[in-house]
Amino acid sequence: MQWEVVIGLEIHAQLATKSKIFSAASTAYGAAPNSQACAVDLGLPGVLPVFNKEALRMAVKFGLANGCDITRRSVFARKNYFYPDLPKGYQISQMDHPIVAKGELEIELEDGSTKIIGITRAHLEEDAGKSLHEDFHGMTGIDLNRAGTPLLEIVSEPDMRSAKEAVAYMKKIHSLVQYLEICDGNMQEGSFRCDANVSIRPKGQQEYGTRAELKNINSFRFVERAINVEVERQIDVLEGGAKVVQETRLYDADKNETRSMRSKEEAFDYRYFPDPDLLPVEIDDAYIEAIRATLPELPDAKKMRFIDEYNLKAEDANTLTSDRGLADFFEAVVKTGGDTKLSANWVISELLGALNKGSMGLAESPVTAEMLGDMIKRIKDNTISGKIAKQVFAAMWEDEGDADAIIEAKGLKQVTDSGAIEKIVDEVLANNPAQVEQYRGGNEKILGFFVGQVMKASQGKANPGQVNQLLSAKLKD
Amino acid sequence: MHNKTIAELSQSLAQGAFSSVELTQAYLERIERFDGQINSYITVAADEALAAAKQADAQIKAGTAGILTGIPLAQKDIFCTNGIKTTCGSKMLDNFISPYDATVISHFKQAGAVMLGKTNMDEFAMGSSNETSFYGAVKNPWDLDAVPGGSSGGSAAVVAARLAPASTGTDTGGSIRQPAALCGITGLKPTYGRVSRYGMIAFASSLDQAGPMARTAEDCALMMNVMAGFDDKDSTSIAREVPDYSVTLNQSLAGLKIGLPKEYFAEGLDNDVAGAVQAAIEAYKKLGAKVVEISLPNTGLSVPAYYVVAPAECSSNLSRFDGVRFGYRCDNPKDLEDLYKRSRGEGFGAEVKRRIMVGAYVLSAGYYDAYYIKAQKARQLISQDFKRAFEKVDVIMGPTSPTVAFNLGEKIDDPITMYLSDAYTIATNLAGLPGLSVPCGFVGQRPVGLQIIGNYFDEARLLNVAHQYQQHTDWHARAPEAFR
Repeated sequence: MQWEVVIGLEIHAQLATKSKIFSAASTAYGAAPNSQACAVDLGLPGVLPVFNKEALRMAVKFGLANGCDITRRSVFARKNYFYPDLPKGYQISQMDHPIVAKGELEIELEDGSTKIIGITRAHLEEDAGKSLHEDFHGMTGIDLNRAGTPLLEIVSEPDMRSAKEAVAYMKKIHSLVQYLEICDGNMQEGSFRCDANVSIRPKGQQEYGTRAELKNINSFRFVERAINVEVERQIDVLEGGAKVVQETRLYDADKNETRSMRSKEEAFDYRYFPDPDLLPVEIDDAYIEAIRATLPELPDAKKMRFIDEYNLKAEDANTLTSDRGLADFFEAVVKTGGDTKLSANWVISELLGALNKGSMGLAESPVTAEMLGDMIKRIKDNTISGKIAKQVFAAMWEDEGDADAIIEAKGLKQVTDSGAIEKIVDEVLANNPAQVEQYRGGNEKILGFFVGQVMKASQGKANPGQVNQLLSAKLKD
Repeated sequence: MHNKTIAELSQSLAQGAFSSVELTQAYLERIERFDGQINSYITVAADEALAAAKQADAQIKAGTAGILTGIPLAQKDIFCTNGIKTTCGSKMLDNFISPYDATVISHFKQAGAVMLGKTNMDEFAMGSSNETSFYGAVKNPWDLDAVPGGSSGGSAAVVAARLAPASTGTDTGGSIRQPAALCGITGLKPTYGRVSRYGMIAFASSLDQAGPMARTAEDCALMMNVMAGFDDKDSTSIAREVPDYSVTLNQSLAGLKIGLPKEYFAEGLDNDVAGAVQAAIEAYKKLGAKVVEISLPNTGLSVPAYYVVAPAECSSNLSRFDGVRFGYRCDNPKDLEDLYKRSRGEGFGAEVKRRIMVGAYVLSAGYYDAYYIKAQKARQLISQDFKRAFEKVDVIMGPTSPTVAFNLGEKIDDPITMYLSDAYTIATNLAGLPGLSVPCGFVGQRPVGLQIIGNYFDEARLLNVAHQYQQHTDWHARAPEAFR
C-alpha cells in the first residue's frame, strides 16, 4: 500500500514584548524562579488582566506579512483546565475570533520547487509557567516567571506531505518572525516551538486519516525525526490491521519514539467562553495601515532583489536572506568592499564557516561587515591575493586588527613587481628541468605545479595573475 | 455620635467636636458590645483603624482633610486589603492575607477614611441571605430571627445596627440592594464599569459591581465621589468623567418621569411590600414626578439567564482556588488529583460548589450553545427592554425585593425560592444599569426597600431622586431599638 502523509503544524512563537501579555512583569529569560511573577501572574484573588497592545501590534504584523485577514474585532476566551503551573485554572487565549485569520505562505523544497501552505489562523494567548520535577525530592516545583508571556500560536492547514515539507515550513516561519522582529526565535529557550498533527491515508484517498498530535517539539531536527517515526508507527498500526486512535503523543528524542500522553476520551473539555475581564479588541483600517507601513522587506522579496541587484545565484541569495541580520551584514560588506560576488563568497563560506565552528551567532562575530569589506577592497585592488586574504581573515578573527594593519604588520602585501616575480619564476624553472620537459612535451596541466612552486617561494605574496602570465610566456619559449 | 451620618460626622470632625480617634474608638466599642448579637464583622482591624484615625486627626489639624478624612467605614470582606485577612466569607481563604489593596480600598485610604474591619458576607458573594458564610449567618438588626439579605449582609447589618456609619458592598444580582432593603438602609449599585473591580474577588466578572451602603443617599454620594472612576488595572472600567455626586442632590424632581414596570408588581410580590412601595410612589407624585406604567416584557428571563451566566463565570473565576499557591490546602494530599479534589471539596461550601457545577455544566461541550449562548441572547433582550423604557422615562421604580426579610433557615435548603428573592434586582446587573434601594416603610418591624433604576451612568440622578425622598420621609433615619 502506498501511504500519503498529512501534516499540519501549530507553531508557538513567543512574542518579543518587554512585559507580559496581561501584566507589567518582565518577560526576560533566565531570572531566579518566581522573581518575575507579579500578583496578576500569580492569579491572586481579585487581580485582573490588562492587554499589552504591543502583542497586538506584533500579531497584526505577522498577519500582514502573510497576507492574512486581520480580524477587526477579536475576542479573548478562557481555556479552562487545572494544572499547577497554570495559576488561574484557565489560560487566556482566543477561540472563535482570533486576531489573524486565513493566509498563506510559500515554502521552497530541497529540489528548488515551491509549494503553498495555508495558514488557518494565528491567535494570541498567554504561556503557562513551568513545572520542575527534579531536585524537589518527589515534589514538584513551580516557576511562574514564564506565566503570562505572550504567545502567537500559528496554525497551518494540513497541507504538508512530508517531514521535510514540515521542516521547510517551520524554518520559513522561524525566519519570518525574526525578520519581523516579533520573536527572538531562540529554540533552546523555548521561544519557538511546535506541535505537529500527523496522519496518513492511502494515496489517492480524499478524506484524512485519524491524526495524532505530537506535542512541544523544539528543534527542526526533532520535528523531522518525530514526524518520520510517527509515520512509521502509524503505517505499522494500519498494516497490522489495527486503527490509529486520536490522541496526544510525546516525542522522546533519546529513544527516538513517540509515546501516548492522553487519548481523545481523556482529552480535556476546555469549556471555552469569552473572557469577561477583557473587552473585545477592536482595530480599524488606520491602525492596520500604520503597521503595514512598518513592515520590513520580507525574505522572498529580499531574495529576489539580491538575485537581481547583486547578480547572485539563487542558492546564495537564499542563504544570505535566510536571516535578516545576515542579509544586512552582507549588504554592509558589499557597500564597503564593492564586489558582490566576492562579498557573497566570503560571507557564506568563510564567515559562516568560522561562526559555525565557534558555535557563535552573527552578533558575536569579531569581524565586522566593515572589516570584511575593507579586506575585500584589498583583494580587488591586488594588495593581497585571495589566498593571503584567508590569513588576513584568520588574523582579524583573532582580534589582531583590521585588514590594512594586519597586511602591514605581517608583510603580506602582494608582490606585483614583475622583475621580482620573474626572478622567482626563473629560479623555479631552473630548479625543475624535468617538469619543464613534460610541459613542453604537451602536458600543459603541469602549469599548476609551477604556479604552486612560485607562490610557495614568494610566501604566497606573488600576484597569481602575473605569475601565470610569466610562466606561460617563459614555458613557451 | 453613632447616629450621625457621614455628612454630619465630617462636619463634627472639622469643627473639632470630637476627634477621629474618639469616633473610631466609639465604634470599636459598639462593635465589641453589639456584634456578638448579629455577627456582622469577620475581622475587626482595631489597631490599624486607630492608627489611621490618628493620621486623619493630624490631617484635620493641618487643614488638609477631605470630607471622608477620619470617617470610620466597614469594608465588605470581598475587597483585598494589604496585610489584613481577606476571606470572601470562605474557609478557602480563611488564611489569606492579601499582599495588595483593591483599588476601592486604596481610594478610601487616599481619602483618609478609616477602615474599622471587614464585613461578613455570603461565601464568595453567592447567596441572598448571608447564610452561606463560613463565618456563620448574620442576623438582621431589626429582628434577630430574620436574615439581613445577601450577599452584602454584613455590610447592611453594620450600618443598620450603627456599628459603622457606612460600608461598601458588591452587587452581582442584587447583593447591595436586597440587603439594603432588608436592613432598612440606602445602597447603590453603580453602572457596570463605573467602579474598579481590581482587587475585588470575582464572582461573576461581567455582573460584579461595587457600591456604597449607607444610611442616606447623601452619604452614598460622598462615598461615590471617592469610589468611582477609571482604573487602568481594570479593562472593563470606563474612562468617563466622574461628576461630583453631592452637588445635584437638591435638584427639584418636578417633571421627573417615573416608569412602573407592570412585571414588577405582578404575582409573587407581597401585598404589604407592594403597599409600602405604592405609598412611596405617591410621595414622589407630591414632589412633582409623573408616573407612567411601562413594560419590561423579558423580565421573566432574568433569573434563568442569570443562573446560567453567573455560575458559568464563577466556575472559571474560582478555579484559581486550587490549594497550590494560597488559601486552603487539604492535609496530606496523596497526589495532585487528591490535592485538587480535597482542597476544593473541603474549602468550598455547598452553595459555591452547586454554582461551580452548574457553571461547568453550562459551558461544557454540547451544552454551551443551549445554555450560555442562549443566556447571552436573553441578556440582550433584557437590555433592549430597558433601552426602550428609558426612551420614555427618567427612572424606573419598583420593589427591591418581593418580600421583607425572611426568617433564618427559611429558604436555605430551597435554592430556587432563594434565587427568586432577587427577581427584581437581577435584570439591572444583566443590563449593566445602576440601581439603588431606599428604605420606604416597614411590614411589622421588618423594613421595605424601594428600588430606583436609572439609565447608564445616571447615578447622580438616582442619588438626587433618593435624597429628595429622604428630605420628606424619615424611614432612613430610624434605628432598630436594640442598637440605638
